[in-house]
Amino acid sequence: MADYKNEFGWFAERPQVEKKIYNKYAIFSGLAIFILVATSPLWTNAGRDIPAPKPSLDTPAIQKLADKDRQCVLPTAEMRARHMQLLIDWREQVVRTGNRVWVSPTGKKFEPSLTNTCLGCHSNKAQFCDTCHNYVAVTPNCWGCHLDKAPPTGKMAQAEVK
Amino acid sequence: MGINRREFIKLAGLSTLFGLGGKAAWELLRPGQLEAALTAAPKPLTAKRWAMVVDMRKLDEATAKRCIEVCHRIHNVPNFAKPKNPKDAVSPEEQVRWEVKWIWLEHFHNAFPGMDQPHMAERLQHMNFLLLCNHCDNPPCVRVCPTKATFRREDGVVMMDMHRCIGCRYCMAGCPFSARSFNWRDPRPFVQQEYPDYPTREPGMVEKCDFCAKLLAKGQMPACVVESQGALIFGDLADETSPVREALKNNFAIRRKPFLGTNPQVYYIV
Amino acid sequence: MLEYALIGSRRYYALVGVLLLFILVGAFFYLKQLQFGLGLTGMGRDVSWGFYIAQLTYLVGVAASAVMVVLPYYLHNYKAFGRITVLGEFLAVASVTMCLLFVIVDLGRPDRMFNIIKYPTPNSVLFWDMIVLNTYLFLNIVIGWVVLEAEKNQVAPPKWVKPLIYLSIPWAPSIHTVTAFLYAGLPGRGYWLTAIMAPRFLSSAFAAGPALLILLALLVRKYTKFDPGREQIQTLAKIVTYAIIVNVFFFFCEIFTVFYSQIPDHMLHFKYLFQGIEGKGRLVPWMWFSIVFMTIAALLMVIPRVRQNETTLALTCGLIILTTWIDKGLGLMTGGFVPNPLEKVVEYWPTMPELFITLGVYGIGFLILTVLYKVAVTVKEEIGA
Repeated sequence: MADYKNEFGWFAERPQVEKKIYNKYAIFSGLAIFILVATSPLWTNAGRDIPAPKPSLDTPAIQKLADKDRQCVLPTAEMRARHMQLLIDWREQVVRTGNRVWVSPTGKKFEPSLTNTCLGCHSNKAQFCDTCHNYVAVTPNCWGCHLDKAPPTGKMAQAEVK
Repeated sequence: MGINRREFIKLAGLSTLFGLGGKAAWELLRPGQLEAALTAAPKPLTAKRWAMVVDMRKLDEATAKRCIEVCHRIHNVPNFAKPKNPKDAVSPEEQVRWEVKWIWLEHFHNAFPGMDQPHMAERLQHMNFLLLCNHCDNPPCVRVCPTKATFRREDGVVMMDMHRCIGCRYCMAGCPFSARSFNWRDPRPFVQQEYPDYPTREPGMVEKCDFCAKLLAKGQMPACVVESQGALIFGDLADETSPVREALKNNFAIRRKPFLGTNPQVYYIV
Repeated sequence: MLEYALIGSRRYYALVGVLLLFILVGAFFYLKQLQFGLGLTGMGRDVSWGFYIAQLTYLVGVAASAVMVVLPYYLHNYKAFGRITVLGEFLAVASVTMCLLFVIVDLGRPDRMFNIIKYPTPNSVLFWDMIVLNTYLFLNIVIGWVVLEAEKNQVAPPKWVKPLIYLSIPWAPSIHTVTAFLYAGLPGRGYWLTAIMAPRFLSSAFAAGPALLILLALLVRKYTKFDPGREQIQTLAKIVTYAIIVNVFFFFCEIFTVFYSQIPDHMLHFKYLFQGIEGKGRLVPWMWFSIVFMTIAALLMVIPRVRQNETTLALTCGLIILTTWIDKGLGLMTGGFVPNPLEKVVEYWPTMPELFITLGVYGIGFLILTVLYKVAVTVKEEIGA
């Protein structure tokens, strides 16, 4: 009774060859090269200390706010987790429905705008957004279109909508 | 009894597919935390059917040029004849090819091809008509867009969703009025002064006039209408008392290529 | 069976090497295009589709011609074609792959390619084009491979392949009917707004595709030990003959409708292509070459002596491929866009980067064709066909 199925589903005799490792040299050298290359980010950066990102909140708009008002449109932890989902939701709705007022869970109204609302307070993109994005090697392509300087309104960018 | 190579690979492939597919399906279909729906800004301008009447009797060329200038300025439309840095200058042929225009001027036989005749009124021969996207009621561009990146809003405005456009340019082939432009290259070196309240575009997207949807949402009239000082009349075609209906009731107006059935919503009083 | 493509003669390796070179050059220029934008091509605001989409249009026709070998064999039991169905199907695989690649290189935002799946839009013909092209690719890969493998192992193909084959027969005309509908439904483009667009696509496809298949069969006979067969080539030649006659006839139908009715709007595009407008007529010599030599080729193909002499047949087939390519590749696209809807003449000509990227995509397609044909021919040689 043959002991395995070939590609047609027929039972066949296992081919009779001497049991040893064939192409030993090619296999092991190839494996070694692969492991070296695949783990290269680890050993090329060994010993380097890259500090965790420290996004800076030191902007004129934020400094002007009283301590109790220093709140983003959503709590910090939530923003850290899903600010991109929030932005995508905003852009879908603004463009496709034309509605331009968003009410936060705390009841405050905001204009759902990256440049006006977000950058209105966080006007220091290079010291805020880019610190974390560079650290995790993320390049969001918002800035190809959206301007990264908030318009100089001279007043608080948030809660512009009464 | 062993498993042979072929069956092993089949099994591995299927489990990978199910594994990845399962994760993807979960991501796609899981009960999402939906953000609160956005609401309209207070006092937006609304209509059932926005339309524009261009009164060519009142529109002189200088005013028309100012309308074009203000539209292109507040929407960061690039001007390839005027680079920010003279080193970026492009040849005249490239300026024609890469031109982006939302609103522009044409002579009668280009604006209304097929309607010109020999011995036309002298006034019409040299008249420069102000052309823009007609925001058709039966738009072929919307019909052909494969991603609904260009779509017709309830109030009649044919909008562009810059986040979704894949740059296939089918809408450009579909438009009978040559109203759409494509970003063949990065426009930013050719935007003299970035208007802070509107984004620019990246290369690879189609753009066109959007009846100043952002201004309408904030309760303001489109920029060209404001700049024209009465030569451009903008209003709700469904509202009998609107200025557009008045203008159309009292004057003979023509539209571009009405026989194509796209139902353009820009009328011209000649 | 893919391992058959890894071993071959010196000539085979040289061919693969040359194709890889084309692909590399094309890839280099495509990266430049990704970085700069589509402005690297000759397209512009007025001629917004150009060489890439023209190649897509032409290759869709070549791909659909697989049905011309599959239909007689599977539906009408024309046993002779049994030898070459796999050649037709593999040609279809290579062509459809090139079609899809040309769409991708033409996209302004290929990073957003999947939006067309995320936001399906049934009213857009492009959506259906994506579906039918991908399905046709899948069908032909599966059918060609499974039938070839069964042949290799000298067994009948599995039963589940039959319904797929029967599906691929109406699917083939549908891929370029849908592609023709991309153009034929646009109200603003008078040159394309004709009911005969889809029939013209079909006729030029069934002329160009089998003509290419004849040339490939002759090459296979010359350079390998597998002979597709004289009868097969002669039948294909008869198919090409009728298809090219119909294609020329359709063209003259168009000329009559446009010029007898004397509607200026419609005549303008033909005038641009064949006469030039305002001194601008870059395509005039090409179009005249195309139509004159297409007619000559059609008349030649009618003569049995020309068809039966395989040298003259090959030359005429080459002429047919060239003239249909000019007609569909250059003429169709530019004629639709020039003059523009404002009746202005802005000409189009591809740029060097555009041509290199096109060659790169053709390189990928021909590499796929070479590899698949190598596998098919090796199998046929093995079983002594």
